[in-house]
Amino acid sequence: MQRVVTLYRSTVGKKVLMALSGIVLFGFVLVHMIGNLKILQGMNDEGVYAMDAYGEFLRDVGYPLVPHEGVLWITRLILLAAVLTHIVMAVQLSRRSGAARSRSYEKKESLSFSYASRTMRFGGVILALFIVYHILHFTTGQAHPQFEHGAVFRNYVLAFQNPLVFVVYLAAQIALCFHLYHGVWSVFQTLGANHPKYNHLRRPFAVGYALVVFVGFMTPPVLVLTGVIGL
Amino acid sequence: MELNAKIPSGPIAEKWDNHRFEMKLVNPANKRKYEVIIVGSGLAGASAAATMGELGYRVKVFTYHDSPRRAHSIAAQGGINAAKNYQNDGDSVFRLFYDTVKGGDFRSREANVYRLAQISLNIIDQAVAQGVPFAREYGGLLANRSFGGAQVSRTFYARGQTGQQLLLGAYQALERQVAAGTVAVDTRSEMLDVVVVDGVARGIVTRDMLTGEIRSHVADAVVLATGGYSNVFFLSTNAKACNVTATWRAHRRGAGFANPCYTQIHPTCIPPSGDYQSKLTLMSESLRNDGRIWVPKKEGDTRPASQIPESERDYYLERLYPSFGNLTPRDIASRRAKEMVDAGHGVGERSNGVFLDFSHAIERLGADAISERYGNLFAMYEKITGEDPYKRPMRIYPAPHYTMGGLWVDYDLMSTVPGLFVIGEANFSDHGANRLGASALMQGLADGYFVIPMTIGNYLARVKPGGLDTGHAAFADVERDVKGRMERLLAGNGSRTVDSFHIELGRIMWNACGMARSEEGLKDALQKIPELREQYWKEVNVPGSGDTLNQSLEKAGRVADFMEFAEVMCWDALTRDESAGAHYRVEHTTDEGEAKRDDEHFAHAAVWEFKGVGEKPERHTEPLEFENVQLSQRSYK
Amino acid sequence: MRLTLHVWRQATPRDAGRFETFDAPDVSEHMSFLELLDVINERITENGGEPIAFEHDCREGICGSCGMVINGRPHGPQDLTTACQLHMRQFRDGQEVWIEPWRAEAFPVIKDLVVDRSAFDRIIQSGGYISVRTGSAPDGNAVPVPKVFADEAFDAATCIGCGACVAACPNASAMLFTSAKVAHLGLLPQGQTERWDRVLGMVETHDEEGFGNCTNHGACENACPKGISVDYIARLNRDLVKATLRARPVGAKDA
Repeated sequence: MQRVVTLYRSTVGKKVLMALSGIVLFGFVLVHMIGNLKILQGMNDEGVYAMDAYGEFLRDVGYPLVPHEGVLWITRLILLAAVLTHIVMAVQLSRRSGAARSRSYEKKESLSFSYASRTMRFGGVILALFIVYHILHFTTGQAHPQFEHGAVFRNYVLAFQNPLVFVVYLAAQIALCFHLYHGVWSVFQTLGANHPKYNHLRRPFAVGYALVVFVGFMTPPVLVLTGVIGL
Repeated sequence: MELNAKIPSGPIAEKWDNHRFEMKLVNPANKRKYEVIIVGSGLAGASAAATMGELGYRVKVFTYHDSPRRAHSIAAQGGINAAKNYQNDGDSVFRLFYDTVKGGDFRSREANVYRLAQISLNIIDQAVAQGVPFAREYGGLLANRSFGGAQVSRTFYARGQTGQQLLLGAYQALERQVAAGTVAVDTRSEMLDVVVVDGVARGIVTRDMLTGEIRSHVADAVVLATGGYSNVFFLSTNAKACNVTATWRAHRRGAGFANPCYTQIHPTCIPPSGDYQSKLTLMSESLRNDGRIWVPKKEGDTRPASQIPESERDYYLERLYPSFGNLTPRDIASRRAKEMVDAGHGVGERSNGVFLDFSHAIERLGADAISERYGNLFAMYEKITGEDPYKRPMRIYPAPHYTMGGLWVDYDLMSTVPGLFVIGEANFSDHGANRLGASALMQGLADGYFVIPMTIGNYLARVKPGGLDTGHAAFADVERDVKGRMERLLAGNGSRTVDSFHIELGRIMWNACGMARSEEGLKDALQKIPELREQYWKEVNVPGSGDTLNQSLEKAGRVADFMEFAEVMCWDALTRDESAGAHYRVEHTTDEGEAKRDDEHFAHAAVWEFKGVGEKPERHTEPLEFENVQLSQRSYK
Repeated sequence: MRLTLHVWRQATPRDAGRFETFDAPDVSEHMSFLELLDVINERITENGGEPIAFEHDCREGICGSCGMVINGRPHGPQDLTTACQLHMRQFRDGQEVWIEPWRAEAFPVIKDLVVDRSAFDRIIQSGGYISVRTGSAPDGNAVPVPKVFADEAFDAATCIGCGACVAACPNASAMLFTSAKVAHLGLLPQGQTERWDRVLGMVETHDEEGFGNCTNHGACENACPKGISVDYIARLNRDLVKATLRARPVGAKDA
């Protein structure tokens, strides 16, 4: 514990905690995306939507070893902890950085660094707001006028038939992509996972990861909006 | 003025060992009772401070920079000599000693030079252990290269940034002692005078460059490590702030100034491009390992280098000195370049340089190998001139660089003022009339790491620590002098800037006391300098006030001291009626145009005693005896 | 060529400061940027004003004294070049040039373009060295160092301590400076003994001095006149984690 506290006290340690929580969230995003692709499978032989069956599986996985929804809640708690760690560290670090330069330069345009890195904080705020909306939309249903508990496929399709919802999710995905692109690269950098032989692969990997996630998440909504997938 | 060099007895190889045994020691528990002031944080100052702090003395370091790491040692490029004989090419301590004495044209003190050669071995070990990233071979062992004035490869280097790496090593050692509490560093603090109490150096007076506060500091010994005075020429390879103030002020308080006319002109610098030129940039001498120096055979030839066929090029160093070729010592290479330019063979827009050509080396070794060796120098050249040296030959011209002269010191590096020690370039001891390449770093570190920490003990062991504070009248007197000088500089509301005077002084000195000196020119300069000095105090305009950061005031004080110092330099050049090494009197040349020494009359160090501003200083001599090296006409043919 | 310069003027650390505009009608392309300032300063002095204070010394790009933000970029528009080595051929006729000091709380402005960078010295004091008593070193060739490590250590050691990395960093972080020293010494066999204490101590002081944290923008690497790579920051991060998690953590400087 002492060591974690030591780590937490230094700026580098805080970044390490951000990176570690980031890895958890990357993993979650990837799994979530794979789950969403079940939309493409439509209905299975037993007349159940593959997506709904997958939802059921998530609630029951591990049963009866653990109670109903046990694994789901453990996962949710881990994710919540990761998100909170990520946000708390981000807030602490950006406060510090703000304090490190109280007056900015008159001319700024030639300071060269990437758009993605510059928008991490802003993009992070967008994503946090989006997560809240997303939970209200698809998990608890308050933000979904036709929400029906357990009918994941139906909720999904009805939602994305609305172009407005589509645009909101598209915007969130773009923010996520930028965040992932810089985030994935940053994880290597922050954890010191670099090696002269592989360093040149870090940027392409980050781009690839962000693109896969973007395409994976956006394919089903596009198909819904264009009417290829329907109820 | 008594000049007792206190050279230990015995055969030359045993002098230093014998002396170390004979010296008195300060008991380890007593060391912390002694306070030592070190002025300057370059190689000599930083290494001395780190080592003395480690030994247990209380050390205070003063530097006018914002950090000790900025000292001008950082700019040394080529390398550092050591008689390691790692190349098995016949090197030895005696050979390094011999080369250095010969390179100095037999005007240095044998015993000091021998000690320097001995210590050179320890310096490399010390630096490697500190993490100085010297160049290495693929087997992981240290690499060497050759340098001017030597026929063995004994120069250790870190690309073209050897001085930087060695200084950072010393700086880090120094900061380690700061953290340990044994050394305190006073940055942005310029020493403006020495305080001598009852004939003994007991402290200094400084100006805080941020607040303008004049402060006194008391100590049991004062060490000056304040570098050289090449900026007397205004244009030199030195950093802009390098100055003579510390040593000049010490000289005014009684320290003899030895051989001020020995100023080295470095052969490979970038020629000036215009009147705004603020300094000259040196290109490491190591470039002469692979570059070939030439000029067009035809006078006034303005064709670009690529259009001049081989048959119309004069590789004059190779022609005149077949065995050393482009690696002749600095003084010779410089003088020959000047002759070529003066004779109308100069190249470049202003016809003020000679070519240093790498095309043959690139053909032979490939551009990559050349880039590995000199990449940073080539890049620097291109930035400054806008020309690519991989494609067109560099243009070079000599520029004032290093000053072999300095405060006179005995074997223990103590000046003629007891308690006042002088190390590194600021003293006169080891290089005689000319310094070989890669020997300045060696001397600075030898003095700082290995000589002064021992010899100062020999002095301190004989004096009682403390017993004085800055309340003593001597401090008040010196403070008053210093304040008066600052006020006088600020009070004038003349019309000319400090730099304009400095440029004018530089021009006088370069013409009369630069690469070639004549009786007539020197006498003329001795007329002009006092006039210019008088004008300076009347007409100089120093803007701003004394109680904030005021760079004009800092400069003004330094130039004022150069104005006084320039005279003794000319007196020295005038009275040394011979040519020796870098001191080239046109009246004294051999039939082949080399410097012709007069050993019968001038085999001595000339030591000047201050007699008042504008008064002719008094010349004393320390005879130089050569028991181990036979005096001969230098030959690099 | 003719240029218009907007230069930050600030009389004292507490003064609010402002931009002052200078006309530079007769600029030679062969001048260095600092020589341009020299010329301006001579003119200011002749006209009875107080010249612009700026730090400079070696004018060869190695001492690290000079440093100013020129048109939004530390040391100006040319890559791998300090302000003193920047020559006016990099500018074009009629250009407006904004000149500002390094801006970071850890580098307070002293006057005009001069800032206090002593925080760097204190970072070095916290472990940026190898403890070796003078005279106690083994022979220089006693420990061979593979050329690749020696070269990599050298690349890190070329840092001139100018502070451009801090000036460029949107967070005013000094991680590039700190990591270069950690890497230089950590890559060499001589530096292993103190490797873990060094990184803990130096990072702790870095944080105490009020520098911001690194968020991997890479602006420092782009601004560094010596081309020091952010890979060294990754190395520092790894060393710091390792040092923290070591079985028996020997504390930073306060332990």
